[in-house]
Amino acid sequence: MTIESKERFAPGHRACIGCGEALAVRMACKVLGDNVIIVNATGCMEIVSSQLPYTSWTVPWIHTLFENTAAVASGIEAGLKVLSRKGIRDTSNTKVVAMGGDGATLDIGLQALSGALERRHNFMYICFDNEAYMNTGIQRSSATPYGASTTTSPAGKTSIGQFTWKKNLPAIAAAHDIPYVATACPSHYKDLANKVKKAMEVNGPAYIQILSPCPTGWRCPTDNAIEVGRLAVQTGMFPLYEVENGKYKLTYNPESLKPVTDYLKAQGRFRHLSETEMGKIQEKVNLEWAKLKDLAK
Amino acid sequence: MAKRTGMEVSIAVSEAVKMAKADVIAAYPITPQTHIVEHLAELVAQGELDAEYIPVESEHSAMSACLGSSAVGARTFTATAGQGLELMHEVVYVASSMRLPIVMAVANRALSAPLSVWGDHSDVMAVRDVGWIQIFVENGQEAVDNTLCAFRIAEDRRVLLPVMVHLDGFHLSHMVEPLLFPDQKEVDEFLPPNNYPYPLNPNKPVTMGDFAPPVVYTEAKWAQEINVEKSKDTILDVWKQFGDKFGRYYKPVETYRAEDCDTLLMTMGSFSETAMMAIDKMREAGKKIGLFRIRLWRPFPYEEVRQTAKNAQTLIVLDRAISLGGVGGPVASEMRNALYPLAQRPKVVGFVGGLGGRDISPADFETIVNRGIEIAKKGSDREFEIFGVREE
Repeated sequence: MTIESKERFAPGHRACIGCGEALAVRMACKVLGDNVIIVNATGCMEIVSSQLPYTSWTVPWIHTLFENTAAVASGIEAGLKVLSRKGIRDTSNTKVVAMGGDGATLDIGLQALSGALERRHNFMYICFDNEAYMNTGIQRSSATPYGASTTTSPAGKTSIGQFTWKKNLPAIAAAHDIPYVATACPSHYKDLANKVKKAMEVNGPAYIQILSPCPTGWRCPTDNAIEVGRLAVQTGMFPLYEVENGKYKLTYNPESLKPVTDYLKAQGRFRHLSETEMGKIQEKVNLEWAKLKDLAK
Repeated sequence: MAKRTGMEVSIAVSEAVKMAKADVIAAYPITPQTHIVEHLAELVAQGELDAEYIPVESEHSAMSACLGSSAVGARTFTATAGQGLELMHEVVYVASSMRLPIVMAVANRALSAPLSVWGDHSDVMAVRDVGWIQIFVENGQEAVDNTLCAFRIAEDRRVLLPVMVHLDGFHLSHMVEPLLFPDQKEVDEFLPPNNYPYPLNPNKPVTMGDFAPPVVYTEAKWAQEINVEKSKDTILDVWKQFGDKFGRYYKPVETYRAEDCDTLLMTMGSFSETAMMAIDKMREAGKKIGLFRIRLWRPFPYEEVRQTAKNAQTLIVLDRAISLGGVGGPVASEMRNALYPLAQRPKVVGFVGGLGGRDISPADFETIVNRGIEIAKKGSDREFEIFGVREE
């Protein structure tokens, strides 16, 4: 597949230096093309791209609130459908694409997302997952991995940081029996592009969760977003797979995974973890990887 | 020709939405509004209304889906009540601030706790300040007519604001009334297709819903205020055109037997017709009393309110909502605010009553008026009084 040089997410936005999420948005937009309407949840990408009177968007784009993005997308999809049916406006092949961070998706917007998936609107939802509420200053979400220190799950004398395991939203999305679910990471761009393309082509809801490394919140060097993302994939912390009509398929399936310590030690948010705690994370990754491989058999 | 039909008012509102040819309805069931969305679902299911019906999972999503469909230029309707309006509260602000011409019927209902599915105006008063045009209807005919007018007003290029049509839960929503329905052809002539000027469209991309830094926010809000205030001209224009076409004229305020009166009784919504019975009786007994009703709640019709009330000595306001620990009755408070600048103005006496579905009878209205006149003369040790409460 060829990648267009044309940008839809224009430069000049105000993302932090080295932002993996802005990169992921830019990559996804290259595949989405011009015939889209983007619905953006409140969050980093909305804030950095849309300060009145400026915009970074060359495609139609709307932001309303934090938790309602999938519902707004539902209305847009329904509106386009009826306007087309009544011959009021040609809306053929216009894809509705909702975008939100992990807080907007896994936490506050989960109900609206579930409703939209269940109703089978023809739209794509991309979760740009940087594993915490970065926009408001690195607070934990249900996508924050076990052991990560954030401003609301700080590591301390009586705390190992985040004490819960990352919520498995791709599995929840797949449980809605929708045509397409995938995970992706900008470190594996071709894979990401292929998945966005597939999601464009299905008729019905598609959900993609893109791990979007955040040097600011993950406490790693600003030129490391891609490298850290790659380690997340290679260690199995964030496996790449897709679920097409219920069928799981690993799209990155190495003989063996790298040790999770390679990933954890590359980031300040995990630096307080003891060998024992890191061992616990390794065990969990091994377990989840085995489950995933079994699903993908 | 229009035909007269007996119909439940909720069903009639849905029929008006059908005649308005709404494109998208996103709705969630809640008592006492449910009959409206049930009937719309049925009309769509039977192919009588060519629309997309989105059975959302909450009122928050109902209004959110309305934002989306309205933003692509689809004619959009929803309905709610009570808790539903509260749940969609933050989205309601966005609809007006983004200038999306959504029409919503609200079957006014009390708010929890304690849970009450019955009618009052608590839900309305919680959305006083949201920047929607708000019309209170008194009976089924007003509900039908103003549902049609609401689309026309909302989508007018000079307005582009969402409109709420308030009808009292149960007391009005569940009444069967004789109603006149216009012909479809006449409705089509009155209500042209929606032509939203800035739809989300890949052929002409727009960015909607930017955030505003402090240097912009104040200007955005001021522009919105001017827009809401000025919408009154268009509302009057649309009501005039509706009247010319269908013979029923609407005004921001109404009076009943208010000529030469020294006491005015004020109500909003369906209780007005009950109050009229009390007014008739008191007039017959020689009391110089009239009824004053606000139909256009937002934008607030200052001019008409002042004109109507300025010569009365006493204005007795019955509020069906209570602003706890504050002004008591919100409508009474707004009346005091509106009348205060006048050199000659009536004393405003506030009562709260009819909460959570409790009836107020014609005899009750007489009691309220008599007590109101007494308070105006002798004063009260309370800022407002609550009517009909059992304190033991």
